[in-house]
Amino acid sequence: MEHLIIPDLDPILKRYPDPNREHLIPLLQDVQEEQGYLSKESIGVISRHLEVSPAKIYGVATFYNQFRFSPLGRYHIMVCRGTACHVKGSANVLAAICSGLKIQPGETTRDGLFSLEVVACIGACGLAPLISVNGEYHAGVTPAKIKRILNSYRKREEIHANG
Amino acid sequence: MVDHFDPAQHESADTFYPEVIHPKVAHLMPESYQTQNSFFADNPSDIDATVPTILIGAGTCGLSAGAPDTRQAVENYFADSDLKPRLIDVGCIGLCSEEPIMEVQLSGKNRLIFGKVTAKKAATILKSLEAGEVNSKHCLGQHRKSGESAWDDVPFIDEHPFFRPQTRLVLEHCGVIDPDDIDEYLKRDGYQALAKALHTVTPAELCKEVELSGLRGRGGGGFLSGKKWTFALNTPADHKYMICNADEGDPGAFMDRAVIEGDPHRLIEGLILASYGIGAETAYIYIRAEYPLAIERLKTALAQATEYGLLGDDILGSGFNLHIKIKKGAGAFVCGEETALIHSIEGKRGMPRPRPPFPAVSGLHASPSVINNVETLANIPYIVREGASAFNKYGTDTSKGTKVFALSGKISRTGLVEIAMGTPLREIIEDIGGGIPNGKQYKAVQIGGPSGGCIPTQHLDIKVDYETLKTVGAMMGSGGLVVMDEDTCMVDVATFFMDFIQRESCGKCIPCREGTRTMLGILKDITRGRKSEDGVDALDRFKGIMYMDRLAQVIKDTSLCGLGQSAPNPVLSTLRWFRDEYEAHVFDRKCPAGVCPELVTYSILDDKCNGCHACATQCPSDAILGTKKNVHHIIPENCIACGACIAVCTKQAVIKE
Ligand SMILES: Cc1cc2nc3c(=O)[nH]c(=O)nc-3n(C[C@H](O)[C@H](O)[C@H](O)COP(=O)(O)O)c2cc1C
Ligand code: SF4
Ligand code: SF4
Ligand code: SF4
Ligand code: FES
Ligand code: FES
Repeated sequence: MEHLIIPDLDPILKRYPDPNREHLIPLLQDVQEEQGYLSKESIGVISRHLEVSPAKIYGVATFYNQFRFSPLGRYHIMVCRGTACHVKGSANVLAAICSGLKIQPGETTRDGLFSLEVVACIGACGLAPLISVNGEYHAGVTPAKIKRILNSYRKREEIHANG
Repeated sequence: MVDHFDPAQHESADTFYPEVIHPKVAHLMPESYQTQNSFFADNPSDIDATVPTILIGAGTCGLSAGAPDTRQAVENYFADSDLKPRLIDVGCIGLCSEEPIMEVQLSGKNRLIFGKVTAKKAATILKSLEAGEVNSKHCLGQHRKSGESAWDDVPFIDEHPFFRPQTRLVLEHCGVIDPDDIDEYLKRDGYQALAKALHTVTPAELCKEVELSGLRGRGGGGFLSGKKWTFALNTPADHKYMICNADEGDPGAFMDRAVIEGDPHRLIEGLILASYGIGAETAYIYIRAEYPLAIERLKTALAQATEYGLLGDDILGSGFNLHIKIKKGAGAFVCGEETALIHSIEGKRGMPRPRPPFPAVSGLHASPSVINNVETLANIPYIVREGASAFNKYGTDTSKGTKVFALSGKISRTGLVEIAMGTPLREIIEDIGGGIPNGKQYKAVQIGGPSGGCIPTQHLDIKVDYETLKTVGAMMGSGGLVVMDEDTCMVDVATFFMDFIQRESCGKCIPCREGTRTMLGILKDITRGRKSEDGVDALDRFKGIMYMDRLAQVIKDTSLCGLGQSAPNPVLSTLRWFRDEYEAHVFDRKCPAGVCPELVTYSILDDKCNGCHACATQCPSDAILGTKKNVHHIIPENCIACGACIAVCTKQAVIKE
C-alpha cells in the first residue's frame, strides 16, 4: 500500500460539507475504507474540516474497535471470536493462524502479506467457526484447514507477483 | 392527520389519493387483510411462473457457505442451454446448516428447495430435474401453493421438522421474496399497515394498539413497546427521533441481520409506523458495520420506498413526513445500550450515562427519542395490519407473540427459529434443531449472550418466555441460543464471556472496569496449568474463588449500565449449574472436557503410531516431529492444543490427558 504524505480526502470531505460533529464517525469510516487505516495526516485533515481537535478525534477513534492506525496487509484476515465460533473451536483456529503467521491479532506480517484482526461476530454463527479474508468468507474452518487456506493466498500472491 | 377517513366509504384508491401517489402504491387502501399464519402456506404467487426461476439463498450465511460459486455453476449450466431461467438472489429461509440453498420454480409446479447445493452439486441436481426427477438427497421439500400442481413423493417444507414447530410472523417473507424488490413486498400486503395507520388511526391510538398487543422489546429489556412510545408521544418537543437498534451486539446472534437481509421493507414499514406513533420526523437505523450486505439491502430498500413516496414528505398524502438515516456502528458492544448508542450517533465516544432522564424524555440532541430493536419493529406491521388481538393470541400471559432465535453451536440443524412464546426449550433443541450431532450428550444452552446464562439438562423442559427464563438465572436476551455438548468446558465458556465483557467495558465506572478484569484474572488462574504456576499463584487461585461471589455482587449492584450489571451472569450461572467442573479445575487441575489448553497435554503412543505422517502435515504449529514410517513425537512447548492431530490419526495413536 502506498503511504500518502498528504492524503487527498476531498472527494470524501465533499460528502460531509458542513462541520457537524455527527459526521465524525462516518468520515473516519469512509477514510479508513478508502485508505485502509487512519494515518496521522488524515486525522489532521479531518480535524481541520470538522473543527474538532485531533486529540478529540483520537479519543473517539480509539474508543471503537473498528479503527486502525497502521496499514493493513495485502490479505486482511478477520477471525470471528463470537460465542458460537468459540464453542466450535475458534480459539484453536486463531492459535493456528497466529502460529502459522507468527503474528498476534492487530499485527501485520513483516512481508506485508497478511494482517490479522479479531471480530466479535460475523453474523453467520450457524456455520461456525468463521474467518474472512478480504471479505471472502470461509465457513467451518479447522486448525488443519488454516494451513491450506493460508497457502492458497500465498500461492495467489506468487501468481500475482510472477504476472 | 386525516381522522375523518372511513375506509368503508372509500373503496377505490383513486378516489382518495388523487395525484400525490406513485402508481405502484395506488392500491394501498386499508381494505380487508388476509391473515397468513402458516409459514409458506400461500406461496409466492408473485414469481412469474411461466419462466423457470432459480432462487439462490444469498444472505451472509449463504455467501459463507459458497453461494457465489453455486450461482456461477448454475449460470455455467445454462450457458449452452436454450433454457434461460431467471436467477434471483434472495435472503434465506434460515436453515443455515443446509446452505447453500437453491430453490427451483418450474412452470406449473411447486417451488422446490434444495440444500447443500455446492457448486459441484448444482449441475447434478439441475440435470435430473430436467429429466423430471427430484434429487431426493438434496431436496428439503416443496413449497405449498394453491392452484399449482405438487410434486409427487416430495414432502411439503412446512412439514420439515425444522419448520413444523415454528410460527413465522416476523420471518414470514425471509427467503421467499426478493429483498431487493419492493414490488414483491407490496404484493404480499406490504405497507398496508402503514396506509391503514396514516389514514385511519391517530398516533395516540397507534401507541394504544401496540400497547394492547402486549409487544415487549425484543432487544433484551422486554419493556412494553407501546408504553415507551406513549411516553415519547406525550413529551412535548419540537423534534423527536425514532431510532432502530440494529447493532446486534450479542456475539452469536444473527436474527436482526437475517431480517434485514431477507425482508428489509418490513423493518422500514415498522420504523415508519413507530415514527408516526411518537411523532418523529427523523429516524435512524444504527447498524453494525460488520453487516455489509444488510447495509446494502437496507440502502436499496430505503431508496425504493422513497421513490414510491412511502418515505419523505407527505407520505401517502397524509401530511406525515419522515426521513431515515443509516448510521454504521464502529464495533463497540456497549453501543447497543441506549444512551451509549445516542452518544455514538452524535459522533462521541459511546459511553452510557445515568438514566433518568430516559431517552423517551431526553435522548438524541436532548430531544425525546425512542429506541427499538429490529425485531420489535418488524412485528409492528403485523400488529397494525391484523390488530392487537391477532398478535396476542400467540404466546403466554405476559409474553405475547413470537420470538426469533439464532440457533447455533453443537446442534445438528443451525439457523433462524421463530417460535410462539412459551414453547418448551426442549422442542427447540430436539425437534427443530435435531439434537446434538455425533452422538454426543447435551450439556447446556447459553441464552441471552454475555448478559445471560446457561440452561442445563435438568431444565430443558422450561418454557421460553421472559419470566420463566429468569427463574433459572437466565434471560430472554436478544435471541442468541448457543448449544453446548459434553466437549464444551463451562469454565472456559465463562472465561470467554468475561474476556469479552472486560474488553468491551467502556471504562466509565470502576466496578465494571476493574471488577471484570479481576474476575477474568481469577478465571484465568483456574484454567492455568502447573507448568506456569508458582506458589503465589496457587494461593491466588484459591483466594479468588472464595472472593468471586462477593465480587460478582458488587459489580452487579454498583455498575452504571446493563453491561456491568449483567457482567457476572455467565460466571454465576455456570457456577450454579456446573460447580463440579470448577472444582475439577481448581482441585484436580483437570479440564474434564479437555478444552483448557494448559490443562491438557497431547502425546503420541509409540506402540500405536505407524509413522503415516498425517498428523505432522496437519499440525498448524509444527509441533510434531518425525519422518515417514517412524514413530512421531509432539514437542509440548510448540503444541497449541488444537486437536488437529487427534482428529486425523486413524491409529488412535494421539492421546490427550
Ligand atoms: C451492553 C448492552 C448492549 C445492548 N445491545 C443491544 C443490541 O445489540 N441490540 C438491541 O436491540 N438492544 C441492545 N441492548 C438493549 C438496548 O439498550 C435497548 O434496551 C433496546 O434496544 C430497546 O429496544 P426494544 O425495547 O425494542 O428491545 C443492549 C443493552 C445493553 C446494556
Ligand atoms: S457498567 Fe461498564 S460499560 Fe456500563 S457505563 Fe459502567 S464501565 Fe461503562
Ligand atoms: S497420524 Fe497417528 S499414526 Fe500417523 S504419524 Fe501421526 S500419530 Fe502416528
Ligand atoms: S494438538 Fe494441534 S498443535 Fe498440538 S500437536 Fe496436535 S496438531 Fe499440533
Ligand atoms: S459467533 Fe462467529 S459468526 Fe457469530
Ligand atoms: S442461512 Fe440465513 S441466517 Fe443462516
